[in-house]
Amino acid sequence: MLLICFATLYPIWYVLVNSFNDGKDAMTGGNIYWIPRQFSLENYETVFKNDGIMTAMGITVAKTLLGTVIHVFFTAMVAYALSRKDLIFRNFYMIIGTITLFFGGGLIPNYIWLRDLGLLDTFGVYIYPAMFSFFDLIIFVAFFREIPEGLEEAAKIDGANDFSIFVRIVLPVSLPVVATISLFHGVWQWNDYFTGLLYTNSDYLQPIQTFLYRVIAQSSSNQIVGTAGGAINRTVTSQSIKLATMVITTLPIVLAYPFLQKYFVKGLMIGSLKG
Amino acid sequence: MESNAGIQSPVQKPVNRSRGSASLYRKLLAQRYLQVMALLGVAWMILFHYIPMYGIILAFKQYIGIGDVAKAPWAGWEHFQAIFEDELLLQVIKNTLGISLLKLIIGFPIPIIFALFLNELRSLKFNRIVQTISYLPHFLSWVILGGILTAWLSDVGIVNDVLMGLGFIKEPIFYLAEPGYFWTIVISSDIWKEFGWSAIIYIAAIASISPELYEAATIDGAGRFQRMWYVTLPCIKGTISILFILAISGVLNSNFDQILVLKNQLNESASSVIDIYVYEVGIKSGRFSYSTAVGLVKGIIAFILLLLANSVTKRMNQSSLF
Repeated sequence: MLLICFATLYPIWYVLVNSFNDGKDAMTGGNIYWIPRQFSLENYETVFKNDGIMTAMGITVAKTLLGTVIHVFFTAMVAYALSRKDLIFRNFYMIIGTITLFFGGGLIPNYIWLRDLGLLDTFGVYIYPAMFSFFDLIIFVAFFREIPEGLEEAAKIDGANDFSIFVRIVLPVSLPVVATISLFHGVWQWNDYFTGLLYTNSDYLQPIQTFLYRVIAQSSSNQIVGTAGGAINRTVTSQSIKLATMVITTLPIVLAYPFLQKYFVKGLMIGSLKG
Repeated sequence: MESNAGIQSPVQKPVNRSRGSASLYRKLLAQRYLQVMALLGVAWMILFHYIPMYGIILAFKQYIGIGDVAKAPWAGWEHFQAIFEDELLLQVIKNTLGISLLKLIIGFPIPIIFALFLNELRSLKFNRIVQTISYLPHFLSWVILGGILTAWLSDVGIVNDVLMGLGFIKEPIFYLAEPGYFWTIVISSDIWKEFGWSAIIYIAAIASISPELYEAATIDGAGRFQRMWYVTLPCIKGTISILFILAISGVLNSNFDQILVLKNQLNESASSVIDIYVYEVGIKSGRFSYSTAVGLVKGIIAFILLLLANSVTKRMNQSSLF
């Protein structure tokens, strides 16, 4: 078990250590295993000064926050309606949704449709197509079923309509499942590089993961070093920049997940019961 | 029977129908908020899911990438015939099935074994720590892991360092440039990333087993491994089979994200899988119709696999998806 922990943590440690090491030194002096040999913050300085990286970071933050809020609210809203057993046409809606789990148009039809909708090269392409997921809906429905009906009825007697019951009563008491789905979707949004790669061309819309993908896949990070500003005696290399960007990209997730994990284990269990 | 129905319906049905539709209307009106909420979801599904499904007709058309799909000339089965003549595709299918099946055979049992052993840990605190660490990689993106892997596996990377230090190899190897190593890299890195996460469901299932069963087994003289084999495993059999069905149905989805990151021109003969092929032939080379046809064939095979897996596990132990 200790071995498993080591094997899991070491690659992450390795990136961290190397990102704090002087780039030129890392390249010429052999591999660094445990601690930085020549401690340096220059990699990070270069990254923070690079407009391209910072724009990409901003896009990622924006699409993760906005995308997650909209996804969770919208999916939960539909799920609440479908969790009510007395909903007319409920079975019909469920069938429509279940089909989406198994059939889809595939990559090319999706691409062409989003192009025809005019979503290519817009920020909306990160948000609208990812607004809803029937899989997440199933998890929400399972959870909403557990809410005692008395709560909703009391609100109804007070004259609340179904939508305000959902917003004011159902959502607040469903914190565990809301946190779970937020985490799932947030991580997905944060890590997703493919949407940016496929559906956008302009540099202003590129999320950081897509940026990193291009850098790693095409080894063109020399460009970042090249455009990184005036310093002549620079000791950063494309590799060290890459590592520093990787750390910055990963940090928010690593920091967020211990806080959310007590929720998502419960949420996953609810999901697993339903299959 | 028929005559009976014939006599009854003219008398009763009209009355029922009018009353039925009136009350249906009233019910719908009463739950108009709920209906709007549900219909918004349906509208989304139509817009982003069902309309692209209609786009599958691209596979039967001669579409060159511009203009209206509906107006493009028909191609009949031309693209499907081309699939059978495409020799590159044969290699692609071999890679897809090879990587996916190996992932399934090797990767599927590991989270179960991990969950079983984790369950045997005495210290609850240590158990928590191990578990928390084990699913950390799940939250890292393939782009990041691809970066780590390319750094490690390069000719001056840490893997070569260690292997040469131990005397296993004499010359450094650039692993990602060798098709022969590609499957091993893909499969092991995927297991590394996901085993802890996949184990969560099994851990949850194990946690819900009644402790009395273990006590009874201990009294009957069962050892640690016997308890695992005779109590824990049978109790989580249902969970295992449902996850197995889901794994089978995803067998042709050989982790697009991961392979796209690790793929390069040198390892292409081992790394090209169906999804990548569809992406490259379709989006990059603009052969929209042909790659839609390839995607469609893949979808049909995946669906047949799902039905097959479902019926097999159903016969084995009553639990199934549908």
